[in-house]
Formats: sequence, C-alpha cells, structure tokens
Amino acid sequence: MSHDEVSRADVCALAIAECFRNDGEIMVSAMGTSPSLGARLAKSTFEPDLLMTDGFNLLLRNVLPLGAAPSDGDVEGWMPFGAVFDTLWWGRRHVMMGASQIDQFGNQNIACIGRWEKPKAQLLGVRGAPGNTINHVTSYWVPNHNDRALVAKVDMVSGVGYDRAAALGPNGRRFHEIRRVVTNLGVFDFNTPDHRMRLVTLHPGVELERVLDNTGFELVIPDGLDVTPVPTPEQIGVLRELDPQGYARKEVVE
Amino acid sequence: MDKRMTVDDAVAEVTDGMTIGIGGWGSRRKPMAFVRALVRRGVKDLTVVSYGGPDIGILCATGQLKKAVYGFVSLDSIPLEPHFRKARQNGALEAVELDEGMFLLGLRAAAQRLPFLPTRAGLGSDVLKINPHLRTVKSPYDDREELVAVPALKADVAFIHMNRADAAGNGQALGRDPYFDNLFCMAANKAFMSCEKIVSTEELVAGGPLQSLLINRMMVSGVVEAPGGAHFTECPPDYARDEKLQREYAATAKDEEAWKAFRAKYLEVTESDYQNAVSR
Repeated sequence: MSHDEVSRADVCALAIAECFRNDGEIMVSAMGTSPSLGARLAKSTFEPDLLMTDGFNLLLRNVLPLGAAPSDGDVEGWMPFGAVFDTLWWGRRHVMMGASQIDQFGNQNIACIGRWEKPKAQLLGVRGAPGNTINHVTSYWVPNHNDRALVAKVDMVSGVGYDRAAALGPNGRRFHEIRRVVTNLGVFDFNTPDHRMRLVTLHPGVELERVLDNTGFELVIPDGLDVTPVPTPEQIGVLRELDPQGYARKEVVE
Repeated sequence: MDKRMTVDDAVAEVTDGMTIGIGGWGSRRKPMAFVRALVRRGVKDLTVVSYGGPDIGILCATGQLKKAVYGFVSLDSIPLEPHFRKARQNGALEAVELDEGMFLLGLRAAAQRLPFLPTRAGLGSDVLKINPHLRTVKSPYDDREELVAVPALKADVAFIHMNRADAAGNGQALGRDPYFDNLFCMAANKAFMSCEKIVSTEELVAGGPLQSLLINRMMVSGVVEAPGGAHFTECPPDYARDEKLQREYAATAKDEEAWKAFRAKYLEVTESDYQNAVSR
C-alpha cells in the first residue's frame, strides 16, 4: 500500500476521532492502538482543547506520534491514578475502551468468557468499566467485528449498557452515555427510541450483508444508510505523522 | 526511633489465614522482597488485597493464596497476570473482583475506620452479581439516590516499597505516581515498608519535594533496607521493570518444570541470593 492510499485503518481512525467532536475541555482516555490514534487526530485537528495523558501520569499539551516518549516541553500537567479516579467520578472524561463482547444495548464484557466463578477464559477482569460507564461518556472500539464480539448476551456485564442503566431510574442513569461503537466494518450508536444499537454508517467497501452476518443480534438499520467519511488528504497527512510505523493498519481487519 | 529490621523479621508477623494488603500497582513498585519472604516463610490460606501484579500471581503459583481481592491483576506490559489467569480458570482461587475505583474507596473506608464509602461505580454492572456480599445504600437527603456501599478493605498486615526511607519509618516515593501505599498502611493493623535505601532524615527531606514524603512514621511498624526490593517490577527513578525476567516468569505459567526451576532459582533463596542472581 502506498503512503497516501487510504486504508480501512485510516477510516476507522477518523471515525474514532469523530466520537470526540465537541467534547471540549475534558480528558480523553483512549485504550488501544486505533483509539489512541483517533483521539490524537481529533486533538491535533478539530478538538484541540482535549486533555490527554502519555498513558501513565503526565498530561501532554503536545500531540505525539504513537510510541514516542514525551519530553519535558510536551507536558502540561500531572494525572496520577488518584487524580484519574477523581476526574472520572467528576465526569470530565470520555473513555474509549475495547470490548471482548458487546450486546445490542451496549453492555460490554472485558472480564471473562464463560461462568465468572470458573471462567473458560479469564480476560482482563472488569477493570474500570463499571465506574467509567456509570460516571461519564464511553465509546467502544472493536477491531474485528464478528458474532463472537457482537453478541446477543454478554457473559459478564463489565461496562453498563442502556437497558441496565434504564433499570436504575433517573438518578442512577443520569451520567450514563454510550456515544458510539466503532468497528472495522462501520459506526454504530444508540440513538433509537429504546436505545438499541443502530448502524450509522458502513465503511467504504463494506456490504450491509457482511455486517448483518457478523452481528449476533438484530441491528436497527436506518433508511438511507450513509458511508463513513474518508479522511481528507490533510487528515491522511496527520495520520501518517502520528502513526509512522503503521501500527493501526496491523490492528484493523480489512 | 529506629524501626530497622529484615524482610524476614517483618514477614514473621504473618500467620496462616491472614489478610495481607500489598502496595504498588500492577507491575509497578511492588514490595517483591516481602513477597519473596512470604514464599520462603510458607504461610498458607492467605487473602491478598491488592492492585494486583506478580504479588498475587506468585502466591497463586505457590498455592499460598486462598483469596484475592483486587481491582485487576496485571503485569502492565503483559495485560493479564498469567499465573492468576491459570488459578482463575482452574477455579483454584476465591476472588473478590471490584471495579478499580471501588477498590480505592474500600481502602479509604478502611483507612478512615468507616464501614463503607458510597459510589455510583458498580451500579448496573455484574460486579454486584458476582459479589453478593455487596450492598447498596440510599442517600438520606432529598435526592434519595441509591449508591453502592463499598465495604472497608481492612488487612491484618500491609507491605509497601518506597524509594527512600529513614530509620524511623518516614518514606519517600520518588516516582511520578504515588499510588495508594499510604492507604494500604492505614487500612492495616500493622504495616511494614521496604525501601531502596535508608538515609538520614536530613537526606530524606533534601532528596525530593516535600510531596514525595508519602509515608510518615505513624503508618509503619518496621523499615527494611532492600535494594532491588521491587525487582522485577519497576521502581523509578531507581530502576525500570526487568521485562526479560518478567517474561521468563510469565512463561512459567504454561510449563510446570519451568515454574519449578524459577521457584528454586528466584524464590526459594535468600534476598541477597536473589539480588545476586538478577544482578544488573
């Protein structure tokens, strides 16, 4: 693939960046390669006020390429784990997490496959997913969209979905928002009357059939389905600078 | 005031069935010299409360751990602790899995001698289902909001590792993240601190900003000078994680013979023999 040819990973990175549009002055925590790249694209183009860390404890004012170590001049603040918890309980945060499983209401599982008591596969555990999803905006990234990841029922609810949030009543659900799910095939949201997952756009070259065949539940399909925007040549230039090694391409299944 | 002792003196306070709080975070500034001493001592049926890393993994592998209370168990550069994974998949471990923030509130509750602290974290998730001991509480104010009451995470003994300390038990974290080691000490009946180097109080205070003096001497009953005491986890700025040894350790989860060899070479030896074996 030539340097300026647009790949699926580039489309995904822009779709991820768009999740953070209008977020303004809040902290973005983007877990994984494509989320990191997309968040960096957003901050370096249309959403410059976002706060982002080096993945450890430094808030960086400058946007660095993936894998680059910050120097003192790149730093604008301090965000040790204690401050991360305060920030997430405060709500000034948008996290993009992965999802080993996600269902039609956006319940996410990163904990385990099988029965929690004696799992067939122990995964990461719930980590911060329960607290994140009930306290501030969350989006998800699925690099390999298939019916083992997009499932009718998740084995263990780590991140809270809309049906679980609704059951908590107006107090419990008031800070809950799952903004979007970006996969290697398309962009999805929950802007439906009962907050069931809806296909928003298909990535260029992806047939609707492929999405339907690889989704383990019934998606809401709007009339007049759009195609996910392709990055402009300027945006492609920024993406090449932010990911010179092409890590995102290795992650995204075409 | 002189609280200096050896790792083995400190670990002698631990008996079968105790609950141990372990500071650090994942594979970062873990009090590994104490963990190795726990292996040598051979105490059983332990409960460990930890932002878990190789502390939980090693005690799983040696069969000394009965129960783990954790927000996660990770080696950072290896996202899931492989010995912990194995113990969980074998159903060999009692587990209390909490959201990472819930875990912090449990520590704070214990440090403040409160029965619980309230939070939204956990609501709507299966954390409440897998932990049937968890209760919710209703706000007594007009909002009547229902919240999770995270119970205090108390420990019998806590172990932490700092960069510097004085003989009286004032401790200094020179890395960029203090983690929650002060809370681990306050949440336990008794706490022991190892450090890279014991220095005079004057040197300690001069050795970093005042904010780095995370531990005061009220919090700890004993201080151990243990250079490399967090190894193979990271202890910046003194040393980075030993990724090579961590990979070697991680690989032993899939190979019983390799685990036996690792245990014999790195765990069933004195702390000074360990440090010689990994001398950097």
